[in-house]
Amino acid sequence: MLSNISKNSIQPDAWHSLKAFTAARIALGKTGTAIPLKEILDFKLAFAHARDAVYSLLDTQQLSTELEIFNLPVYSLQSNADSRPIYLQRPDLGRQLNNESKNKLQDSSNEQFDIVIILADGLSAEAVNKNVFSILQLLMPALQQYAIAPIVMVQNARVAIGDEIGSILKAKLSLIFIGERPGLSSSDSLGAYLTFNPTIGLTDESRNCISNIRPEGLQYDLATEKILYLIQESMRLQLSGVRLKDNAGSIEN
Amino acid sequence: MCTFFLYFTEQINNIIYGNMSYRTSIRNKVYVFNDLKTLLAKASPLRSGDVLAGLAADSYEERVAAQIVLADVPLKNFLHETIIPYEEDEVTRLIIDEHDATSFLLISHLTVGELRDWLLSDTADTITLQKLAKGFTPEMIAAVSKLMRNQDLIAVAQKCGVVTRFRNTIGLKGRLSTRLQPNHPTDDMKGIAASMIDGLLYGSGDAVIGINPATDSPASAVSLLNMIDDLRIKYAIPTQSCVLCHVTTILQIIQQAPVDLVFQSIAGTEKTNKSFGINLSMLKEAHEAALSLQRGTIGNNIMYFETGQGSSLSANANYNVDQQTLEARAYAVARKFNPMLVNTVVGFIGPEYLFDGKQIIRAALEDHFCGKLLGLPMGVDICYTNHAEADQDDMDNLLTLLGVAGCNFIMGVPGADDIMLNYQSTSFHDALYLRKVLNKKPSPEFEAWLFKQNIMDEHGNQLPIQSSHLLLQ
Repeated sequence: MLSNISKNSIQPDAWHSLKAFTAARIALGKTGTAIPLKEILDFKLAFAHARDAVYSLLDTQQLSTELEIFNLPVYSLQSNADSRPIYLQRPDLGRQLNNESKNKLQDSSNEQFDIVIILADGLSAEAVNKNVFSILQLLMPALQQYAIAPIVMVQNARVAIGDEIGSILKAKLSLIFIGERPGLSSSDSLGAYLTFNPTIGLTDESRNCISNIRPEGLQYDLATEKILYLIQESMRLQLSGVRLKDNAGSIEN
Repeated sequence: MCTFFLYFTEQINNIIYGNMSYRTSIRNKVYVFNDLKTLLAKASPLRSGDVLAGLAADSYEERVAAQIVLADVPLKNFLHETIIPYEEDEVTRLIIDEHDATSFLLISHLTVGELRDWLLSDTADTITLQKLAKGFTPEMIAAVSKLMRNQDLIAVAQKCGVVTRFRNTIGLKGRLSTRLQPNHPTDDMKGIAASMIDGLLYGSGDAVIGINPATDSPASAVSLLNMIDDLRIKYAIPTQSCVLCHVTTILQIIQQAPVDLVFQSIAGTEKTNKSFGINLSMLKEAHEAALSLQRGTIGNNIMYFETGQGSSLSANANYNVDQQTLEARAYAVARKFNPMLVNTVVGFIGPEYLFDGKQIIRAALEDHFCGKLLGLPMGVDICYTNHAEADQDDMDNLLTLLGVAGCNFIMGVPGADDIMLNYQSTSFHDALYLRKVLNKKPSPEFEAWLFKQNIMDEHGNQLPIQSSHLLLQ
């Protein structure tokens, strides 16, 4: 004898109230041993956003327009990883400028600078497209005492590409804004890495990092405050990295 | 004349290539592999990490040529030709010094290829494989794995049996355990507790309740350990706990906190371990300190190790050895300390080491196979990051394959989404699926507890949980 096939096969969980304590995917309910479709689709959508972010492109046109108000030359460069699949498999290539970009930068200027600001796609160009202008609007007016180099946008780039850019431009300090690896809960999280005396071959312990910059994470004003503090301290102590402590507050990562 | 000519050619070759070279020719093309580590690297199934390291075969043909040569290498060679010098590396010293020559005698006449064929034969049964475990070196097992298809890796691993005990029994045939991983981005106690309750009510947590802390601070580790221990005692849960902080942090707090399992990430070279801030004597110290607490009720397996292909290259400490061979060497470190659990966190490292679902699946099956043959209680964190070419379908495939292979444990993460480490692993539901389709049960002591708590019935079905359930009070 056939039993009636119900329109709703989901067995909900009795502990829905625990969801108030965590953003983890708890109390999902089940059908058989499976996660209900509604929850599956919710997960899939978050994953789709993360995947799209990994393959998003730096919107150099819009960024160039936005950056005009700072009255600085803006360069658009490329790393040695000339496609996204190569970028993902060869971090070494993402740390180097390609020849054309290198020449462009070398020909640009013989001046010396205090700070070079670099906008790099990293693992989420979307994070840069969405967040970087807002934070630069807060940051740039506070940097007037420094000689600021041309702003550099660079694609298929890893953090360490800032070392090459900084050394070519003879900048005392490089500040690179870069898209962080997207998670299911955030696909547009921006990181900022600060390196004193940028030189090819430096590693992570020579840098200071501020991560999770986005409206739902570390907000722009707080992030700006931390970056400014680190810049001042780095210039004063002539160093960056593990020996530069963020006494103004906590640094994530 | 002809014999003389061959002899002469051989001599010339020796002069040019050295006596220890490994070579073959295919369609008049001569392939020469200068040493064992080059041969192992070239014989490895393709993965992005070996390409990044500049070690991978240059063509499909070269890869098979290396496999053909590797098949004829006597196992004895692995005892004489170390891939990282004995003098330079304490992991090599561990491998050579603790090699069991008596068990090795049973297979010392075999080549790598003959070992592959024998492992798949019916005479290689569970008991024989257990006896042989200490006669194998990691390099021998890595080598044989390179000659095996996924099916072979599953079939042989499935014959291995590695059982460990602390407060329950993990690794028995027909059982599948889970590490409950209730991580929270700020270590919020209530947030972690909520995920723990969710997991327990889904029958998860028999391998360990293990938290990756957001910060490696001793104070926070103490609070987390106390929190899990209170819950464990309150509900009399037959399981063990772990906060996955650095071994030095655990050593600091071991006298003031309820430490069950001691965690550490390990790798296959001394230099990589140094980059993790550890060495063998530190592990020994931690192992002894934890043993002295005598918290295990039915056994004394108290170490929890995590590994993963690619860690040595990432630490610039790979000695031009391929990442899978180095991973197998990490298992020599693990087995020195009779661990409760060894977990290869296979897809966490990212696409520069394992590019896509295919490479992640292959690596996981290799790791599980190598660990099991070397006598380790292998589990796998079936996982990927969002910049790898992989998705939930790949994880479903791997989950099912590892279930068939007899993997001791997998992860249980709420909805497969770790909100602290930002990667995707396996969900509580995934473990239930695997138990159902393969007719597997949790650890026997934990299973009895699930019955008693009316969480699961004797057929393995989840029972409806009312809001009045003890765990929800």
